[in-house]
Amino acid sequence: MDSKNLYQEVILDHNKKPRNWGKLADASHRAEGLNPLCGDHIWLSLKLDGDKVGSIAFEGESCAICKASSSMMTTNVKGKSVEEAEQLIREFRDMATGKLDTGSQPNHLGRLSVFAGVRDLPSRVKCAILPWHTLHAALNSESTISTEGDRDPVETER
Amino acid sequence: MTSSSSAVQAVKQTGALDVERIRADFPILTIKVNGKPLVYVDNAASSQMPQQVIDRLVRYQTAEHANIHRGVHYLSETATAAYEGARGRIQRFLNAKEAREVIFTRGTTNSLNLVMHGYGRAFIGAGDEIIISQLEHHSNIVPWQMLCEEKGAKLRVIPCNDAGELLLDEYRKLFSSHTRLVAITHVSNALGTVNPVKEMIATAHERGVPVLVDGAQAIPHMKVDVQDLDCDFYAFSGHKMCGPTGIGILYGKAALLEKMKPFEGGGDMILSVTFEKTTYNVIPHKFEAGTPPIAAGIGLGAAIDYLESVGMDRIAAHEHDLITYATDAFRQLKDVRIIGTAPGKAGVLSFTVKGVHPHDVGTILNEEGVAVRTGHHCAQPVMQRFGIPATTRASFYLYNTLPEVDALVAGIHRVQKIFG
Repeated sequence: MDSKNLYQEVILDHNKKPRNWGKLADASHRAEGLNPLCGDHIWLSLKLDGDKVGSIAFEGESCAICKASSSMMTTNVKGKSVEEAEQLIREFRDMATGKLDTGSQPNHLGRLSVFAGVRDLPSRVKCAILPWHTLHAALNSESTISTEGDRDPVETER
Repeated sequence: MTSSSSAVQAVKQTGALDVERIRADFPILTIKVNGKPLVYVDNAASSQMPQQVIDRLVRYQTAEHANIHRGVHYLSETATAAYEGARGRIQRFLNAKEAREVIFTRGTTNSLNLVMHGYGRAFIGAGDEIIISQLEHHSNIVPWQMLCEEKGAKLRVIPCNDAGELLLDEYRKLFSSHTRLVAITHVSNALGTVNPVKEMIATAHERGVPVLVDGAQAIPHMKVDVQDLDCDFYAFSGHKMCGPTGIGILYGKAALLEKMKPFEGGGDMILSVTFEKTTYNVIPHKFEAGTPPIAAGIGLGAAIDYLESVGMDRIAAHEHDLITYATDAFRQLKDVRIIGTAPGKAGVLSFTVKGVHPHDVGTILNEEGVAVRTGHHCAQPVMQRFGIPATTRASFYLYNTLPEVDALVAGIHRVQKIFG
């Protein structure tokens, strides 16, 4: 794959101007995500409004792929139910690891499919998935997740 | 070997490296990555292997393999002669006094751990101090931290300046009556700084303290004479000097090695075993338990033959040309910061691009066929010293060319265009 396909305008834009950047003072759920291999480090906070993600924010130090993925994740899950968010987490993970072809299989990813190209860059898959694993951890009240853990936090749940 | 002599001819004809003749010895350099010619500048991580070494490995596996130091049969004798012959080549390459001072290990990390277990655990105790430097690779930090934790000893760290040079005045101040060992790198893997190890060894010896040198990033690139340095231990790996992975060397002065405890127990490291008492073998075998990577050891010997046929001084001069050219080119780049600017440094160019994470730099360079290392280079204390999480690192070897440096620079322009 060509990085022209990975580093698309929408990814570069979210990297430059991340949406929902910061910390929620009144968060009901928080989690920290860390990729020790490349140093990606994000903090996610969100507030559930009934069963829905009412507000969500992130901040941290990371590469462009991780930051854009975090930013687009926050815009996509805001207003969604926990169940819908968990479904997006699974679909995003399956897309990034090549198990879901967004072109031919039904899914709810929409513009998030710009990240499909990471499937050809194994060392960068974790950068794209980190925020999604962190969201899963936050929703399940785990405080810290690491990409170098010996289990897949989403897989274990299923 | 035809191509080895062609390397010699190439040198003789021009007085300097004929890099195209050298490149012809390395089959992997002809591959294409993403449709572009491979530009391999990740040599500090691992170097490529010339056909001469590949051929030697094939010949060994095809016609010479058996276990060594055991059989009385033809193949065992042949394999033993080849393996011990490689030890002799390495001894001469290092200018070690005796072949028994050359211990085969799995690599630099294994060599450093051997000193920690064999020397450190025997001769370093509670309240003792070990001096290391800010520039160490994790492999020359963590074993000493483990020892300190076990024994109640303390680590003292030589600081460096903004150029990445060790502060020798501070180094001298770190010695006390409790100092038992100095463990320092010859060349920084993250920055390329060449440390004045000969002078630093003399400083330690004036105080009666032995010195271990991590030579992983030095010995592939420059002439190293362990007797001239007067180091007590010198550790390095085969795969960074055109040899195979899984093989490394620990050089140690015979008197020290004889005092040391074995690291691992097993076959080949004993003279006799009963359930009451085991008598250890003599050095170097005392430290070589079990069947070693025989092919890799023989391959390392062939790699040394190859490097010597080219000439270590010529390799060093060629890499100096590359790093000088690359440094000048990078200084012209806007928003690029070179990390590590010590004069006379080795062929390592570590840098950051403003506003772009090194992993994004590395991914885009890969699209141009350029192989660099990105990250903390297993030297997080160096990154902390410069206040950065990671860098992109280009590191050169004998087969790299000035046009390859141009390709690297063009790749950085593309990174900046994409992230502009």
